[in-house]
Amino acid sequence: MTLFDEIARHYNYWVTILLMVAGLYIVVAKSNMIKRLLGLSVFQTSVYLLYLSPGKILGGTPPILAPGYAVYSNPLPHVLILTAIVVGVATLALGLALAVRINEAFGSIEEDEIVPVIDREDHSA
Amino acid sequence: MEQLINMVLLTLLAAITFGIIRVRNLFAVVVLTSAYSFLMASVMIVLDAVDVAMTEASVGAGISTVLALGALYLTKTEEAEPRYSPLLPALVAVGTGAVLVFGTLDLPPFGRADTPLNTDVGADYLARNMAETDIPNVVTAVLASYRGFDTLGETTVVFTAGIGVLMLLKRWRKAARRED
Repeated sequence: MTLFDEIARHYNYWVTILLMVAGLYIVVAKSNMIKRLLGLSVFQTSVYLLYLSPGKILGGTPPILAPGYAVYSNPLPHVLILTAIVVGVATLALGLALAVRINEAFGSIEEDEIVPVIDREDHSA
Repeated sequence: MEQLINMVLLTLLAAITFGIIRVRNLFAVVVLTSAYSFLMASVMIVLDAVDVAMTEASVGAGISTVLALGALYLTKTEEAEPRYSPLLPALVAVGTGAVLVFGTLDLPPFGRADTPLNTDVGADYLARNMAETDIPNVVTAVLASYRGFDTLGETTVVFTAGIGVLMLLKRWRKAARRED
């Protein structure tokens, strides 16, 4: 087995993990809320890849039945991910609306700037 | 060949991700995210998930981008300088990644038909689909027939999120008017 084959065996999973970890890093390290939400969607798309990669069969066709084709990729992960994409955009919309509200209330979407303001209000109350 | 295209697209995807992490201007980040979604859709086509690719291209690259640009219009477009060192989050991320990569070594190799995932449920749907539903697109059949209740639940989630967004933004408008 050549080196290329050895890498190709798991390349999809490794890129998936890279995207997942990058999303995790953005969510933890960045303080800007919109950037965090975009990081969250990077994390989400990595999960799409995690589901779709094992369902692929090399030499297969998309799971639309037609005469002349015998090998189809697994349709079940596709269905699950279709649902996940739509739910993902719903949560993104809600998160962005919250960010807009927070910007209206505090004049900032940076968590590092908002948390001290909240702390001060708690002390004065 | 299929495998090579797949790997090239995935490498481009990884490169764009580093751009998303590093760039500070949020407009640029949103455009990068849009390009990321389009690349992801291309990867999905290579992975034979054509229905998912269409949804990702319209929802991920289209609607998400519009929503994010709308949010940027109402907030700020520049990310502030980080106050804390990114060292600890980077360590957590790299540690998590290392453990996950170790986990992948036991996964079945890419593209094989004889893995448990591809021989049990998926093959069963493919075999029974034509006789039971008469819909040639198996993804549509599973989505709308076999797992129709799932799709109903999904619609409920989108409906709830829509109501949430409307309520949040409506209150925001009222508050803005009171200040005038």
